[in-house]
Amino acid sequence: MIRALLAAAYVVFALVPTARADDALDLRLRHLESGLRCLVCQNQTLAESDADLAADLRLEVRKLALAGKSDDEIRDYLVARYGDFVLYDPPLKPVTWVLWFGPFVLLAAGTVTWIVVGRSRRRATPGAKAEFEVAARNLLAGAAASPAGAAPAGVGQAETDSGDAARQPLDG
Amino acid sequence: MTLKSLRWLIPIAVFAVIAAFLYVGLFRDPREVPSPLIGKPAPAFSLAELHAPDRRLSPSDMRGQVWLLNVWASWCVSCREEHPLLVALAKTGIVPIVGLDYKDKPGDGRAWLTDNGNPYRTSVMDSDGRTGIDWGVYGVPETYVVDRAGIIRYKQIGPLTEQTLKQTILPLVRRLQAS
Amino acid sequence: MIPELGHFALIVALLVAIIQSVLPMIGAARRDRALMGVAVTAARAQFGLVALAFGCLAWSFATSDFSVANVAANSNTHLPLHFRLAATWGSHEGSLLLWSMMLAGWGFAVTVFSRNLPQVLRARVLAVLGMIAIGFLLFLLTTSDPFTRLFPAPPEGRDLNSLLQDPGMVAHPPMLYMGYVGFSVAFAFAIAALIGGRLDAAWARWSRPWTTVAWSFLTVGIALGSVWAYYTLGWGGWWFWDPVENASFMPWLAGTALIHSLAVTEKRGAFRSWTVLLAIVAFSLSLIGTFLVRSGVLTSVHAFAIDPARGLYILAFLAIVIGGSLTLYAVRAGAVGAGGDFAPVSRESLLLGNNVLLVVALVSVLLGTLYPLFVDALAAGKISVGPPYFNTVFYPLMAPLLFLVGVGPVAAWRRAPIPELWTRLRWAAGIAVVTAALVPVAMGRWKPLVALGMLLSAWIAAATLSSLVHRLRHAPQRGLTAKLRANAPAWYGMLLAHLGVAVFVTGVTLVKGYEVERDVRLDVGQSVVVAGDTYTFRGVAAVPGPNYDAIVATIDMTRADRHVTTLHPQKRTFRSSGQVITEASIERGIGGDHYVSLGEPITGSGASGAWAVRIYVKPFVDWIWGGCLLMALGGFTAVADRRYRLARARRSEPAAALVAPT
Repeated sequence: MIRALLAAAYVVFALVPTARADDALDLRLRHLESGLRCLVCQNQTLAESDADLAADLRLEVRKLALAGKSDDEIRDYLVARYGDFVLYDPPLKPVTWVLWFGPFVLLAAGTVTWIVVGRSRRRATPGAKAEFEVAARNLLAGAAASPAGAAPAGVGQAETDSGDAARQPLDG
Repeated sequence: MTLKSLRWLIPIAVFAVIAAFLYVGLFRDPREVPSPLIGKPAPAFSLAELHAPDRRLSPSDMRGQVWLLNVWASWCVSCREEHPLLVALAKTGIVPIVGLDYKDKPGDGRAWLTDNGNPYRTSVMDSDGRTGIDWGVYGVPETYVVDRAGIIRYKQIGPLTEQTLKQTILPLVRRLQAS
Repeated sequence: MIPELGHFALIVALLVAIIQSVLPMIGAARRDRALMGVAVTAARAQFGLVALAFGCLAWSFATSDFSVANVAANSNTHLPLHFRLAATWGSHEGSLLLWSMMLAGWGFAVTVFSRNLPQVLRARVLAVLGMIAIGFLLFLLTTSDPFTRLFPAPPEGRDLNSLLQDPGMVAHPPMLYMGYVGFSVAFAFAIAALIGGRLDAAWARWSRPWTTVAWSFLTVGIALGSVWAYYTLGWGGWWFWDPVENASFMPWLAGTALIHSLAVTEKRGAFRSWTVLLAIVAFSLSLIGTFLVRSGVLTSVHAFAIDPARGLYILAFLAIVIGGSLTLYAVRAGAVGAGGDFAPVSRESLLLGNNVLLVVALVSVLLGTLYPLFVDALAAGKISVGPPYFNTVFYPLMAPLLFLVGVGPVAAWRRAPIPELWTRLRWAAGIAVVTAALVPVAMGRWKPLVALGMLLSAWIAAATLSSLVHRLRHAPQRGLTAKLRANAPAWYGMLLAHLGVAVFVTGVTLVKGYEVERDVRLDVGQSVVVAGDTYTFRGVAAVPGPNYDAIVATIDMTRADRHVTTLHPQKRTFRSSGQVITEASIERGIGGDHYVSLGEPITGSGASGAWAVRIYVKPFVDWIWGGCLLMALGGFTAVADRRYRLARARRSEPAAALVAPT
């Protein structure tokens, strides 16, 4: 009787700490599995898929994790059996260099283009133009100070965009 | 044409490359997952035989011969398509076929073979699918060609067809047997 | 009879499209008014005919005419009427017919709203639209006829895919297609400009409203797809970087770059050849998206029935349309002329920065989507490219772009001195920093990425609002109403759209930073506490629906012992197909969603069994789609600008326009 009670107590106490550890493990596994691809329902992650194989693989992943394997080791285990297809994060290998480096190379090229275009579009005397603009603005501000409640949008706001439409010729 | 004006050609050049790949892509199956085990040793297992559960089989038992591993199950619908081909192949005696009864109940598996014919030298039971995982099985049926040294040489995904047997598998088997 | 009428209408529409493509082009080259006039008549006739065909198909669905193969494959007598009608575009053939009808519809709209366009330009635009229509109508008639008959007619149909039996899914394709097809107008304008060799601010002003409307519809369409995935797939996810999601996102990115580039071309005449290229690219991506969904080249949830013959046809069509237009670009773009000058820091340069970042993002998404195909085609194995790649590449590109969204509208054209910018924006910067520091703390946990996201969204919101305040304060008019009325709708549209971006970024940041997910097994009567709320599982009940049998769970949600709501997640099994879908139950709020969905039964199904239940708390998730709606609203507001609908008094101009040299 006492032994049975002790055994029961042991089981209960053994379960309680495991339940808490399970939460952390579950979280880790769910994160790991959402980076893996289901081979049957190929548009779902291993975490989401209802396929039988997915359930089997989730069990396998859990066993490996409980055996102390790291996330990388678990991924390697699956890649050894199913290939790179199973990883949603494509590995960096010569064949994926364009994939991983392409965007950054393109960004660099784009930035260079931006700088070059910016420089080439600058006219010889930006300073003179600025003075002219300031003078013009003062003139307009003087004109706008007089009562003109119905002034069309554009006057007094010359420094930002406004209705250029009225000035465009309507030709083909 | 100056170098500067060549930049107008960049968009059409990029499109041409993409279109070429899209064209090639039309003839490929994006769902097919090739096996990384080709050229590697067949994963080890020791499974009970379907018709004699007290006996066990492992790939090392098949060393010295070229053999096929066919993954099947009684619940698998497409297996029925390829089964007659396997039965016919077994009758020719060209290459031994070992069956892997995948995630099946032994009674169901035996009954299915009785009903549909048994082309297998022997079948082993992979009730929990663990061995299937080791071999990279992701669907049923699948067939592997293993050479004398126990190296996997080819994997057929999906049912075997007359064409694949004639044009790919049998020539490969004969090549491997000759070496 | 009716299906045959529809089929016949399509054939006639094809003939009309041929006329629409050829005669006006010749007329434009020869300045022949009669030939050019054919364009308007033909475009209107084409719309009438294709709409008639569409109506015939819809009629067949409404009356459950199972002698039509398409109806038999996609409908069912037990399907409610509104879904029977939606099934018209639920298949490959039907959705192509919808595409064609929208294309014809946009053509019709061009004939109505283009009275002030020079006739030469209008003729060419309609001719190009006609050429695209030929491609689609030919495709329909040769490989994808929606009107093929079945003999003998089956007594019952196979039913619409259960995932599509949903209001969100019903509206998603039409909205999306309005966007894709709308870009064809911008495309047509670009081609017409290249052919004519004339590209100026006026051209940009004519193109802009069409592009903006298309972009707004596309924004709505994408948002609808995302919302649908959120509540139907049962996992609380709203974006998966799935190939077909990307296929809709890429034209959106190109379209966003285009509307900004058009602004520069209109206001300053700059970036002309670049704008033309973007217009071609945006529509090309719409077509490529169509290809990807229907060819089986990529695996995706969306794939329609795969048929290599169809894939080959679309690819050939792509080669002709995109290849042809890019070749025309290569030959003519140099003649289009350069634009005005601007300083290194100016609105033009900031918009150029916007375009660079959007294009790099676009190419990255394209690369990620097509890369598995590239690797496979090179026989180098099979890889998968999923969220880890896109997240790594996309978000860092967006951060500087979001910064620009705040600065751009405040910067002056031609030259925006940095001290001026700082004076205008320093309050916004301050507000942004304070928000970035406070919000993560208020949400309960400091996370640097959340701080960054909030910094950027608060920056945009504050900069946008301060721009409004500044404009009003410096307005010469008296009284708030007069001041507000003095600004163009286009400007308000921009403010709204940018605010929408800020709202969107807020939603994404807070959801990703603070969402909680619990996957638990619950017995009847058992509770679980998630993020401070208690969820008690009361059991399930079987409830029959019109064409499905549902298992409906009851889950009580309480907070601090007060009952908040009762949630009813369901699993629906559709009787005709056997398909099972999940319907999540969501308690929505402006501060976030409480989302519950049913997993699988644990110990045998039935009212007393335990179930696996998934509970998600998603803070501010609705801000994601709210932001998208604001963006679209901004776009529609901008188009309401009277300046785009040039004064009726100008109707006398077209005669002069006709004679203008091109």
